[in-house]
Amino acid sequence: MSAVLFFLAAIGAITGAVGVVVVRNPFYSVLALVSHLISLAVLFLLLRAEFVAAVQVVVYAGAVMVLYVFVVAYVGGESDSIGERLRGAGAAGPSGSTLRLGGAIVGGALLVELLIALLGTGLQATSGYGAGYAPGPRTFGTPAYIGNLLLTRFLIAFELASFLLLIAAVGGVVLARRRGGLGEEDERDVLTPMDLLRPLGTGTTAEGVGARTGNGNGVGVGAGSRYPS
Amino acid sequence: MSIAWYLAVSAIIFSLGALGVMTRRNPLVVLLCLELMLNGGNLALIAFSRMWGNGDGQILAIVVMTVAACEVCIGLGMIVAIYRRQLPIDVDELRELQG
Repeated sequence: MSAVLFFLAAIGAITGAVGVVVVRNPFYSVLALVSHLISLAVLFLLLRAEFVAAVQVVVYAGAVMVLYVFVVAYVGGESDSIGERLRGAGAAGPSGSTLRLGGAIVGGALLVELLIALLGTGLQATSGYGAGYAPGPRTFGTPAYIGNLLLTRFLIAFELASFLLLIAAVGGVVLARRRGGLGEEDERDVLTPMDLLRPLGTGTTAEGVGARTGNGNGVGVGAGSRYPS
Repeated sequence: MSIAWYLAVSAIIFSLGALGVMTRRNPLVVLLCLELMLNGGNLALIAFSRMWGNGDGQILAIVVMTVAACEVCIGLGMIVAIYRRQLPIDVDELRELQG
């Protein structure tokens, strides 16, 4: 039973991985990665890592992949890149296929090397079935076990990981925010109570030179300055 | 199944991810293939953790997942920034840092 489940999950994981690499549409690549992740969670369950399998499904296949789907939908899942269309297929053809062949050769060499390193070593235990395992509420791989380890032996790693997540969240917001031109934030109109009380045309110097209208909307910020070249 | 089978699957997944990183040109797909490589590493970690009956490998796998989430956050932010600046979304075209 366990062997059948292993082969099903392994075939699913490898098929999903092949799909990610081969499929041309990025949207289908994301879907292939979701199926790959779920198959991988089954493999984790077979290895008695219940908590990691649950995290894999909920966080990875759930949240992270939704983020990917959003970005693919936003950017537009074009199968052909813009640059390829600009240059024309003929110019990119030969060098692209040569590079692809080289990549395939390097990938195959990497696979052989990894298999030799992992399976051809003197590690006798890799041919075994692992250490003993007794089911129980606090045994190997359960949430209680993982939480105990995380908050005692690996507390520094845990805190560092949370700090890393904070930095990444701030960095993501900074990277993806809508940028204007230089100095736009200083010149942005600030709506004060006086602007609302004051009638139109009784205005300030800025209104006199046309940089600011009475209703407080910034008109100096055009669409062009949002995309600096 | 013995641990060696899991290690073989993890090696195959890692190599497929490396192949995708080297050959695909859409940065979104490159990020996806990077996830594949991290998952291959995770599977090996958990297999070794099972082999020794020790939870350290699972903790390391969770940390790897955290790092992968951070990498997705930053990478997707960069892709959105590239898109906003109307640059080509192609790793071969983005060569301003190449010198």
